[in-house]
Amino acid sequence: MSRVLVMIGTRKGAFLLESDEARRDWELRGPYCEGWPVYHVVHDADNGAIYAAAASAWHGAAVWRSLDLGETWEHSSEGLTYGEDAPLRLSKVSGLAAGHGRVLAGAEAAGVFESRDGGVTWRLLSTLDDQPGREDWNVASNQPPGHLGMPGLLQHPDDPDRFWVVVQGFGAFETTDGGATWTPRNRGLRADWPLEHEEVGFCVHKLVMSPADHERLYQQNHCGMHRSDDAGRSWTEITEGLPSDFGFAAAAHPHDRDAFYVVPLDGGHGRVVPDGRMAVWRTRDAGGSWEQLTRGLPESAYVGVLREGMAIDSLPAPGLYVGTSTGQLFASADEGDSWREIAGYLPGISSVEVAVLD
Amino acid sequence: MADVHLPPTLPPLFPGLPRHLDVAAASVREAIDSLDARWPGLRDRVCEGAELRRHIRVFVDGERAGLDTPLPAGARLDVIAAISGG
Repeated sequence: MSRVLVMIGTRKGAFLLESDEARRDWELRGPYCEGWPVYHVVHDADNGAIYAAAASAWHGAAVWRSLDLGETWEHSSEGLTYGEDAPLRLSKVSGLAAGHGRVLAGAEAAGVFESRDGGVTWRLLSTLDDQPGREDWNVASNQPPGHLGMPGLLQHPDDPDRFWVVVQGFGAFETTDGGATWTPRNRGLRADWPLEHEEVGFCVHKLVMSPADHERLYQQNHCGMHRSDDAGRSWTEITEGLPSDFGFAAAAHPHDRDAFYVVPLDGGHGRVVPDGRMAVWRTRDAGGSWEQLTRGLPESAYVGVLREGMAIDSLPAPGLYVGTSTGQLFASADEGDSWREIAGYLPGISSVEVAVLD
Repeated sequence: MADVHLPPTLPPLFPGLPRHLDVAAASVREAIDSLDARWPGLRDRVCEGAELRRHIRVFVDGERAGLDTPLPAGARLDVIAAISGG
């Protein structure tokens, strides 16, 4: 029988939740990573390792790794640097992606690193230097309040040289040659501000690919929900029917290319669920219509859900997992129709990922 | 030999690293290099590039010091993590 492993990054370390396929009874383990703020925890299906991107206020940024599902951990930042004399400073690793025999790490300031030895050593792959406006990315006045980094990484499942990165406030970029060259992939997106460059200046929050159709991408943007049917070359807005055009988290159904989930938030300063009514929203027709899913989710709950705060497993009836800024982990074992809290009183949750282990 | 005192946040990161130990070094930098040789990666946890990290301070015999501060024989070196967080 398969096991389901939910990996949780929080403001005070990483946690693991484990269950069997029924996803009814969960065992919580942690905290790991010495209580460092953990921004993203991922599982590498190739070697079974867990990687956690973390940054200590005292001791800097590192990627932690566990080869035994959390029993023991080591950390490394060897090579996670822009160099002593470089204008860029690495303050944290924001996002991770594992697969194709490597681990990718997106950093703040914006750059992507890779490790080919299971997170022991790292090397800088690219800082996207040839992109329009790149020289302005690190000017302090251009940096959004939440910092400027590269939090989003999306690997192509079949082509190791092809992946997408998200640079906060500037947009999504695709490489097809392992990071040597890049192309902005922001056509059709909306920006509610003047653009200095036609192709960049967009605020992509989260980019996901349908496992059922690799040409089908979805994104939650600062300005609306969007869908692409050509692997990001063009985008169509699909916000209509949602309670707000703002949010961070997003998840694509593993078996249905038209099904997709978001957690809309109040786009003002609060950035919590609208009217304190926690809800996950689902489309089954590629954004043509949206359905509010609330059964088992709380009311009078002024919670936020961050960029990596929602995950979906790959079982035949996929389970969803949503972690809140106030430390609750809600799960659904029926594609979002009903929910229950499977962990509470955790530190504020930054990321949720899930793996099905055979 | 310097009498080196480390912050409590460091030993959990490096198996076998004690809070207090004697290190043969003529300067703070040499002491950190010596610790890094025995516990690889330790330098990165207290230094960023060629400098001490922003929230790390070092004191030699109770006086604020830097990486180039000499360590006389028998000196006490305190590595302090800032009082912060919540």
